[in-house]
Amino acid sequence: MAAGLRLEKTSKHPTLQLAGETLVLDLCGGLWLPDHRTLIVSDLHLEKGSSYAVRSGQFLPPYDTRETLACLHEAVIRHDPARVVALGDSFHDARGPERMEPGDRAMVAALQDGRDWVWIAGNHDAAVSEGVGGRYADALTLGGLLLRHEPSPGAAPGEIAGHLHPCGKVAMRGRAVRRRCFVTDGSRLVMPAFGAYAGGLNVRDKAIEGLFPKGFNAHLLGDGRVFAIGRAQLARD
Amino acid sequence: MAPTGAGKTLAGFLPSLVALAERRPQTLKPKGLHTLYVSPLKALAVDIARNLDAPIAEMDLPVRVETRTGDTPAHKRTRQISRPPDILLTTPEQLALLIAHREAAEFFSGLRCVVLDELHALVTSKRGDLLSLAMARLHRLSPGLAAVGLSATVREPDELRKYLVPQNQPLPPPSAGEGTLRSRGGEGQRDDSGESAGLHTGRISSGSRAPLSRPGLTAGPPSPAEGGERGAPPMADLVTVAGGAKADLRMLDLGRALPISGHTAWHSMPAIYALIKEHRTTLVFVNTRLQAEYTFRELWRLNEDALPIAIHHGSLDAQQRRRVEAAMAAGQLRAIVCTATLDLGIDWGDVDLVVNVGAPKGASRIMQRIGRANHRMDEPSKAYLVPGNRFEMLECQAALNAVEEAAQDTPDARLGALDVLAQHVLGMACADAFDPLDFYDEIVSAAPYADLTWESFEQVVDYVATGGYALRAYERFAKILRGPDGLWRVRDARTAQAYRMNVGTIVEAARVRVRLGRTLRGKPGTVLPKSGRVLGEIEDEFAETLTVGDTFLFAGETLRFEGLAEDECLVTRAPPDTDPAIPSYAGSKFPLSTSLAARVRALIADPFEWDRLPEQIGAYLQQQRRRSVLPGERDLLVETFPRGKRHYLTAFPFEGRLAHQTLGMLLTRRLERDGLRPLGFAANDYGIAIWTTRDVAERAALDPDFIGDLFAVDMLGDDLEAWLDESAMMKRTFRQCAVIAGLIERHHPGQKKSGRQVTISTDLIYDVLRKHQPDHLLLRAARQDAATGLLDVRRLGMMLERIQGRIIHRSLDRVSPLSVSVMLEIGRERVYGEGADEILAEAEAELLQEALS
Repeated sequence: MAAGLRLEKTSKHPTLQLAGETLVLDLCGGLWLPDHRTLIVSDLHLEKGSSYAVRSGQFLPPYDTRETLACLHEAVIRHDPARVVALGDSFHDARGPERMEPGDRAMVAALQDGRDWVWIAGNHDAAVSEGVGGRYADALTLGGLLLRHEPSPGAAPGEIAGHLHPCGKVAMRGRAVRRRCFVTDGSRLVMPAFGAYAGGLNVRDKAIEGLFPKGFNAHLLGDGRVFAIGRAQLARD
Repeated sequence: MAPTGAGKTLAGFLPSLVALAERRPQTLKPKGLHTLYVSPLKALAVDIARNLDAPIAEMDLPVRVETRTGDTPAHKRTRQISRPPDILLTTPEQLALLIAHREAAEFFSGLRCVVLDELHALVTSKRGDLLSLAMARLHRLSPGLAAVGLSATVREPDELRKYLVPQNQPLPPPSAGEGTLRSRGGEGQRDDSGESAGLHTGRISSGSRAPLSRPGLTAGPPSPAEGGERGAPPMADLVTVAGGAKADLRMLDLGRALPISGHTAWHSMPAIYALIKEHRTTLVFVNTRLQAEYTFRELWRLNEDALPIAIHHGSLDAQQRRRVEAAMAAGQLRAIVCTATLDLGIDWGDVDLVVNVGAPKGASRIMQRIGRANHRMDEPSKAYLVPGNRFEMLECQAALNAVEEAAQDTPDARLGALDVLAQHVLGMACADAFDPLDFYDEIVSAAPYADLTWESFEQVVDYVATGGYALRAYERFAKILRGPDGLWRVRDARTAQAYRMNVGTIVEAARVRVRLGRTLRGKPGTVLPKSGRVLGEIEDEFAETLTVGDTFLFAGETLRFEGLAEDECLVTRAPPDTDPAIPSYAGSKFPLSTSLAARVRALIADPFEWDRLPEQIGAYLQQQRRRSVLPGERDLLVETFPRGKRHYLTAFPFEGRLAHQTLGMLLTRRLERDGLRPLGFAANDYGIAIWTTRDVAERAALDPDFIGDLFAVDMLGDDLEAWLDESAMMKRTFRQCAVIAGLIERHHPGQKKSGRQVTISTDLIYDVLRKHQPDHLLLRAARQDAATGLLDVRRLGMMLERIQGRIIHRSLDRVSPLSVSVMLEIGRERVYGEGADEILAEAEAELLQEALS
């Protein structure tokens, strides 16, 4: 078990301490910071479905944006945050905002109404055009936390990042369960992707394991609650 | 004239050869394609081309025969279009590509005859749907085309007869000689290729309007068949060839008790080995790849004489399979252990014994398998059924009875799949502009699509054009466009190219190669000299569940899983005599056929029949009658009993594993809602067992309707809907539809997979689509598949109807002989009804344990 990691009692949305801040791991895949009244969601990948029509002529169901926004809406209703931070790759590509349906666009506006809304730049949407409200930033500091899209190499105490779409796999008795997850060693944290069509990278992949040389726990999004799984129980793909 | 094994082939081609020979004097203009032959197997097409060459050369006919398969080089394909052969041998997929070709109309304009081989096997799948649509197009491109189907005997020959001729045709003007359809079953002459003794080989030829003579085997003048009686669907003529000597088919009786459960038939291996020694060449058929691996290993353990015994199944490396087939054809092998991969195929010639290990599953399947042996008419085919357990003994007896009565149980005719139609619509837009009204008429002339509504057709066209979404997001990307002239055309060359890459209906489960790695443990390879070679492929799904160190049987060896690297499953040889730890990996599993299931129920219900069974099985049934009850032919027996700290409910519908798994899922939901706290269930072909924390019998004693309500038909309403939402089987079914219909790109073998975070998962697509457009075309297609495929919902529905008011519940204080059989499945099979959260909770508990220690 990773050093400096404290396990709280199991709960639907468990709580962790990171850099002196309280983090609630929300079952929806978002991170709630009660002391800052801030909701963080990462890798929304809005308009991923429609990007396939442009790129390769595949007509995926064009409902991923509204599905993602509906989940976000549900979390916003529950927490009523003063601030929402979208931790990068909010759109699947830079032209995503142009392809958004008017109804979805209105939904974004409604979510932003009365809140500080921060789009952190990601690698997919570094050059996102204007017109989707909110403000833009490369990174954001909140108390002892640094919010940025790509995790920095080397030690990064207090960093909260996304980009890697971590997934944990548990294989037992001939069955494998693969779920999105938060990954943390008690010092830094990588968030799961929030978007309806976002894929996942196994936490045992070098890209993720390399960030946590002293080991880590994964917090998998189950059907009814979040589960804390140790590295030893996590299978490779 | 015909060599053994070529008689059947030649029969189909004789009219064409005659016509082509007669054509000789007047050919001044360039010849076009005259006859098309379609086979389900590439290898079969190649083999038949070889068999045709000989008589053509002997008779010195000016006839050019060529094959066109996935292996045909590009320059030859191009040349085949510009200078077509007289006879072309190909597969359904290649035919789909040909009719989507820009030159298709010209290419097929002179086509006179189509021969569809192994038609009985083709029509039961989506490939049959695709082929039927291609046939509809061919009938339009060359009116008067004669279609000949070659088939093993089937239960409903009329379905095949409809398949061959256009349906829904405007009534033809009365013509001379028109009459009612005539079936000439049994009048045909013997075919010296004779499928095998005791079998009937149907020759089905269309009522041809072309001046072709009948297949040479048939006596008498052609019988006209167009139109038929007013209102009756048009059908092709039927020619039945009587078989030769009756098959010598028996059950292998060891004279000692068989186990109650298990399918490996380990107790019979010495007897099977002895049979192999006594015969020239033996085909040992098994039902699953696991059984093939197991049987192969056991036979080699016994193989003191080092007889050449080989293994053949679909997961093995293709080159190895070709080597085995070549060795077999050359008469170098004494036995092959094989799965359904050899149900069809090249005639081996020298096989003199067929052994079927495990449950027969269906009477027609068994008859076709027996037919793989001995193609001589004067000798009976010899075959043994080898049951693996007592229930399989019943099933073997039921199969023997069915074969004795020549009762067929081939599946019902298919309803054409919508995903296949979507693929075809795009293909036809690639060939030429289409008028929707004409095209609709053409499609409903294909028997599987005869009942397609105009609305459904419009939806398919809309799906092909822009995805068929209520949210019109993709109008500007449309793949097919309707011009001002009202005709639909393909958008551009890129779309046509994408169609060609996607053609076909076989969606392989994603697989990974199994590569043998170098190992420092154990003895360096003694059986196989080189390490590092590819042994074959296993399903992604199976590989997913493996963890390093797991051992499993594959390619005749026990292998140790070392990890996944570069999309390959790396293995080493396990030390000798390691027992494989992982019991099973996905392989072909056929459900018990409906009619064989009914025969098994009848056998159990009728004590007078027990005399025909081996003694031990009669004693077993007697014991069941004493301890509980034996259900009547149409009854459903439900037993409840306590065992350990749990309460068990068993039921015996005899409807096959797939339907039982669906039943298990639905019953578990109901018991959950009723507060009985089910923990899991197990299913086999005959019944299911569910275990609960609370006592079901107690509840049933308080409420006499409880058990009846539990099995009420309304189970197939909301409960089914709720389950479909999350069923992995349903997601897999959806994925296949999505690939066939071109929603997502096909994964091509050898193509490198992109990283997991960039590929898009069909599971996610399924979830989103179900939520936002539950009536979407592809969800409809997936549901239609679920009715008969992995979920077998239709069969479950028929069973629930059958047993209403006929449920016999016995509350017992301990497990009955019948229930033991299904109880033994527990732990052997995966436990269903166990949610993802239970598994995660267990893994979490281990972490908590670690934190506390």
